[in-house]
Amino acid sequence: MLSTIFAVLFYLATAVFVVGLVYRIQLYARTPAPLKIPTTPAPVTTSGVVVRMFKEVVFFESLFKANKWTWLFGWVFHVALLLVILRHLRYFTEPVWFWVTLVQPFGKYAGFAMLAGLSALWGRRFLVERVRYISGPSDHLMLMLLIGIAASGLIMKFMAHTDIVSLKAFALGLIYFDWQTLPADPVLLIHLGLVLVLIFIFPVSKLLHAPGVFFSPGRNQVDNPREKRHVAPWADALDTNQPKAKGK
Amino acid sequence: MADYETIPINTLFEIPALNPGAMKNSSPFVAAPLHQEALGFPGELVDDWQARAIEKLGELLKKSRALQVYMDSCVKCGACTDKCHYFLGTGDPKNMPVARQDLLRKIYRRYFTFAGKYFPKLVGAEDLTKEVLDDWYSYFHQCSQCRRCSVYCPYGIDTAEISMAAREIMDHIGKGQKYCNEILGKVHQIGNNLGLPEKALIHTLADLEEDIEEETGVKVRIPVNKKGADILLVTPSADFFAEPHVDGLIGYAKVFHQAGVSWTLSSYASEAANFAMFIGSYEQMKLVAERIRKAAEELGVKRIIFGECGHAWRVAYSFLNTLAGPFDFLDSDYPVPQHICEFTWDLIQKGELNLDKSKNDHMTLTFHDSCNVARGSRMGDSPGGQFKIPRAIIKACCNNFVDMAADTIGETTFCCGGGGGLLTDDLMEIRTKGASPRMQALKDVVDEHGVTHMAAICAICKSQFAKVMPSYGFDMDSVVSVHQLISNAIILDGQVQ
Ligand code: SF4
Ligand code: SF4
Repeated sequence: MLSTIFAVLFYLATAVFVVGLVYRIQLYARTPAPLKIPTTPAPVTTSGVVVRMFKEVVFFESLFKANKWTWLFGWVFHVALLLVILRHLRYFTEPVWFWVTLVQPFGKYAGFAMLAGLSALWGRRFLVERVRYISGPSDHLMLMLLIGIAASGLIMKFMAHTDIVSLKAFALGLIYFDWQTLPADPVLLIHLGLVLVLIFIFPVSKLLHAPGVFFSPGRNQVDNPREKRHVAPWADALDTNQPKAKGK
Repeated sequence: MADYETIPINTLFEIPALNPGAMKNSSPFVAAPLHQEALGFPGELVDDWQARAIEKLGELLKKSRALQVYMDSCVKCGACTDKCHYFLGTGDPKNMPVARQDLLRKIYRRYFTFAGKYFPKLVGAEDLTKEVLDDWYSYFHQCSQCRRCSVYCPYGIDTAEISMAAREIMDHIGKGQKYCNEILGKVHQIGNNLGLPEKALIHTLADLEEDIEEETGVKVRIPVNKKGADILLVTPSADFFAEPHVDGLIGYAKVFHQAGVSWTLSSYASEAANFAMFIGSYEQMKLVAERIRKAAEELGVKRIIFGECGHAWRVAYSFLNTLAGPFDFLDSDYPVPQHICEFTWDLIQKGELNLDKSKNDHMTLTFHDSCNVARGSRMGDSPGGQFKIPRAIIKACCNNFVDMAADTIGETTFCCGGGGGLLTDDLMEIRTKGASPRMQALKDVVDEHGVTHMAAICAICKSQFAKVMPSYGFDMDSVVSVHQLISNAIILDGQVQ
């Protein structure tokens, strides 16, 4: 019964996640940017923009300029999260991919870094007056959710081990539609339950910053307005209404 | 005089404690029906303003990727909270960029997102009420659209874009700002922001020509509507008579004269400024921009050059080609448009200007990067040219130059406090307070390096500084035009010494 509920929820969450995210990304991609508004100085070539985006996405360059503490906590959390996610691939692959094995030792301890980063970020929301002012209930809940996920994961890894073999069977079963029983370990169920919540809310929450960063015109536009005329389709339509619509 | 206190400038770089509601009552005069209707907006607040505002927001979300992405992406990290000069100068939490955005975002969430529709309390979504509208009117007119916050945001969220959208919505429900909308009316009717008619313009320029001849003994012309000239100069109308702007105009005229090029102003397009950007109206911005194209076509020029003006240069550099292009009827050997600083720097590099630096020895200069030039445009071929070229010009004509602190110039420059359609007397308090970070940075170089003057390349910056500097203990004429420095130093062929 429990296994079935979780299995169904995982399928549902995945569906919501994929459909929601595809819809959002599509929306961002389809919505035109009528004007050239890169925050300058900006790269003057496409390859320059790729470099700018890379620095932004991988090193959080702008955040680094803004506030070293927020940068440190935020960056540590995100990198740790990445390592932890990569590590978790071992539960979904058989045989486990070679490089996933390599990540294991790092991923194992990254959980602590993740927890530390999250706690520090949460601390800011209480201790820094300005950040406290802008924090809403959802901002606090999001951090609690992530902290809950990290903490329950660490408990299973280092204190109350769960039946990892059955868990992996369950996970693989989900992928190959060959359903297996999920171990009824309370910590595991909490961990998985919180992860489910995270997947469900992803496309309707501020987690949309993940796709959003790639679509920010302030960062992804090439600074070449004099060289290359840029016109959005709806703005082009304005042109044809005017007598002077020549040269196009 | 003023019934408010400016924050003493030596405490400024301490981030102020929050002072909620401090600037709640700072809002500009509302546009009269006449000025609203002239731009095609409803004369006064319409009865069904809520529905119409939401509808307009929906429309803008579909038209602007920036707005859509910026509404969704903020994670409330707080990186931008201490970056706005209006927050630093007032302590009002709603002047923190993210909080300013949230004034619109909470409405977006309420009416356009799943979470906001079903769990409004959780995500801070709110109904659009009269109180919200009042906050919009106050705080979206306490943003000079300077983009400083966007430099620091990990997603590049640009509060300027959000302020523009909010103002566009308010215009469409009949609550526009008097200053901007009245000025746009004048541009359409008369050709410039000041409402200076052709005849008066011609007289003013003739007077200036006389002044120059008296000073130098050289007949330097400032032509208007000269058909067949090579270059059309489009400059902010403040250059025609405001101080120190006019000294900049004299500088351009001398440079053109010395370069031996044929140039002209246009009385029809006697304004570089495009206030339509401030109110976020693409349609209005296009109409204003098309005047320049029309003037260029009618006068048969080959090049367009813009005078010293910050937001005008952003619209010119970044948007003109989009709004009024393509400019394939102009000489393709030159960028369209060009900045006067690009033109002058080019001549300096070629050694075509005879500059006597000692003529500026009575001054020690610093340079204020104007926000729209710094973060919304470029000069020259490579990124950052907008910082290097004006400084190179100043150094070519002055012996004494010192930069202000690194985190107050370049891409992180502080706004003068009067940009974005705020340069009006009814906003004097926020203008004065918003200038404080710049004033602090200036004071530091005044104290440490004996700086006497600050040069700028923006009509709004110059007017704003001339007005607010006395509140901070500086002379109003300690702000100068960059081309004023050129004008001082240049020795024209045949000039009497
Ligand atoms: S654009 Fe400038 S004025 Fe507006 S919120 Fe950002 S920093 Fe403040
Ligand atoms: S820096 Fe950007 S993401 Fe962070 S609070 Fe400000 S607007 Fe939001």
